[in-house]
Amino acid sequence: MNEWIYVALFIVVGLVIPIGAIGAGFIFGPKKANPIKESTYECGIETVGESWVQFKAQYYIFALVFLVFDVEAVFLFPWAVKLGQIGLYAVIEGIIFVAILVAGLVYTWRKGMLEWV
Amino acid sequence: MTAQQIIFLIVALYTLGSALMVVTTRNLVHAALWLVSTLFGVAVAYALLNANFIAVVQVVVYIGAIAILFIFAVMLTRKDMRDAGPQMNSNWWAGALVAVLVFGGLTSLLSGWSGFQNTAAALPSGFDAISLLGESLTSPEAFVLPFEVASVLLLAALVGAVYVAFNKK
Amino acid sequence: MSFWNDPLKVAADWLEGVFAGWGMDAILAHVLVAFLGVFLLITILMVLDIFLVWIERKVVARFQDRLGPNRLGPFGLIQPFADIIKLIIKEDTTPGGADKVVYNLAPVLSMMSVLILWAVVPIAPVMLGTDLNVGVLFLIAAGAIGTLSIIMAGWSSNNKFAMIGGFRQVAVMVSFEVPMLAMLMIPVIFAGSMNMNAIIDAQNVWYFFISPLGAVIFLIAAIAELGRAPFDLAEGESELVSGFNIEYSGMKFGMFYAGELLHAFTFGGFWAILFFGGYRFFGLEQVSPFLAILILVIKAMLGYWVIMWVRYTMMRIRIDQMLGFNWKFLTPLAFALLLVTALMNALLAGASTWLYVFGMFLANVVTGWIALEIARSATRKERASVEGPKPVEAHH
Repeated sequence: MNEWIYVALFIVVGLVIPIGAIGAGFIFGPKKANPIKESTYECGIETVGESWVQFKAQYYIFALVFLVFDVEAVFLFPWAVKLGQIGLYAVIEGIIFVAILVAGLVYTWRKGMLEWV
Repeated sequence: MTAQQIIFLIVALYTLGSALMVVTTRNLVHAALWLVSTLFGVAVAYALLNANFIAVVQVVVYIGAIAILFIFAVMLTRKDMRDAGPQMNSNWWAGALVAVLVFGGLTSLLSGWSGFQNTAAALPSGFDAISLLGESLTSPEAFVLPFEVASVLLLAALVGAVYVAFNKK
Repeated sequence: MSFWNDPLKVAADWLEGVFAGWGMDAILAHVLVAFLGVFLLITILMVLDIFLVWIERKVVARFQDRLGPNRLGPFGLIQPFADIIKLIIKEDTTPGGADKVVYNLAPVLSMMSVLILWAVVPIAPVMLGTDLNVGVLFLIAAGAIGTLSIIMAGWSSNNKFAMIGGFRQVAVMVSFEVPMLAMLMIPVIFAGSMNMNAIIDAQNVWYFFISPLGAVIFLIAAIAELGRAPFDLAEGESELVSGFNIEYSGMKFGMFYAGELLHAFTFGGFWAILFFGGYRFFGLEQVSPFLAILILVIKAMLGYWVIMWVRYTMMRIRIDQMLGFNWKFLTPLAFALLLVTALMNALLAGASTWLYVFGMFLANVVTGWIALEIARSATRKERASVEGPKPVEAHH
């Protein structure tokens, strides 16, 4: 558990320093709020329409494919650690694992899910 | 109370508090962000148990992929992100009753458990969890078949998601 | 142990002695000394960050055949301090309609995600933030927090451009993490451990020579992760007017900007650790930890130089080209390289070092060549289908 104390300290100090910097900005800066300064930026003109945009479904698809490959990578990390000591049959198992998921990627590709538009 | 117990209590209260905020806040994106905080609390709990790999995997997979997926899904489906209706419907007393009964049942079940008084056995020195995990995932006597089946499961999830999204398109 | 050999432990022991003399509990003294060490490291990093601003501006100027800042101080060295002062005394505005808590939290989380990366960077053989045995995955975990902060920034600004920029940036960052994960497994295979220190210890031959294609793919994925050109669509001033950090000004913008530069330097450091031997340099690092720190900083600067070089040489790529490049070329190539590396590692298991290095190098070059040929033939096919058949020329 001792190692994680350092990580916790890093998180604490890593939060304190930016808050301190932004706090310094808050203290030293002028505070003259007016509605024009706080209006939303749209290239110098008044905003047209609401600030909600039609969210493309493609973002969701890419995040989903990433999730599948992320979990796959999580399974592969212990495999990679042990690879030097186990030998050829672990490599074969890994090849099967990755091949199944690359087949999934090819399926997604052929279905046209990887296009942006 | 040892220092470890105090730290665990703080982490547990933080996680439970975040989980409570997930279900009670009215803004959906805020709920997703409170979910991130809850998942982070669970990762800290894993770290307290010396399960380094699982703690980091919790952050990488849950916060790095699933929470982002949640936020994208929320933004994809809702134009108005605030819940307008009342927070509890007319059957709230039934839900409260079931919750109290379950809590009572769990407490009575766990009160007889010896784990609260004993501390867990210390890990043997040089214990390398990742090495053991790697061995068990690839050796034929252990879990190599579930390892391969897991990839088929992921493939099924991917194909299913593509099918559902494709229909929508 | 002398001060020269192990300065941090000597200082830490002395401080702990002082605290124990004041009657403090031993564990509390240890935690306090660790806290002071962490604070010192992060302060040094922030000062380094300020000089990275100067380095960036001078380098971009030289690439563009001009001088860069040279008014303030010798060679313009005081310029970043002037920038910091300007950012601090700017007004701290929150746009109307923005979500106050999330808006103000985003730059803090963005900077924090960069600073905690230094917890697993082995600076010298005896100085290490934490000897975490999952150091490699910690890199990705910190990246996940950074990704979250960008979504928070983009959404909470209540601005169309910020939302589009933020979501596109997150889609790119998330997509390019897949080849990065695959390439992070390659040093893990060679070293047999996810511990950063163990990876450095195992690099008797720098992993760049054993797996050059892996180093290149890691660099490409890292540049996309950082959100720098040629993948900087979120900050494309001609496209999205600064993307997710439109509505940020003053020190909050400073946190995003400085955080990005420090992140680039940190990834230069990780490229050096994973593929170029970290603080090792033919045994020089055993002489003194200060020398080891110097070696690591020099290597990290060289990695940062390569990242800057790529930024100021290449044009920005369009979002659909970026994502197509990742999912259709880089991810299959990364996994193919991973499997080829695993296979060659098993086949060459008992061979001598030179045979191993040569065999792996050859496997990398062959894989890269085949991938480029496939890409080239796909390009030719696509170009032919777009342009139509070439007219037959009459030969005289």
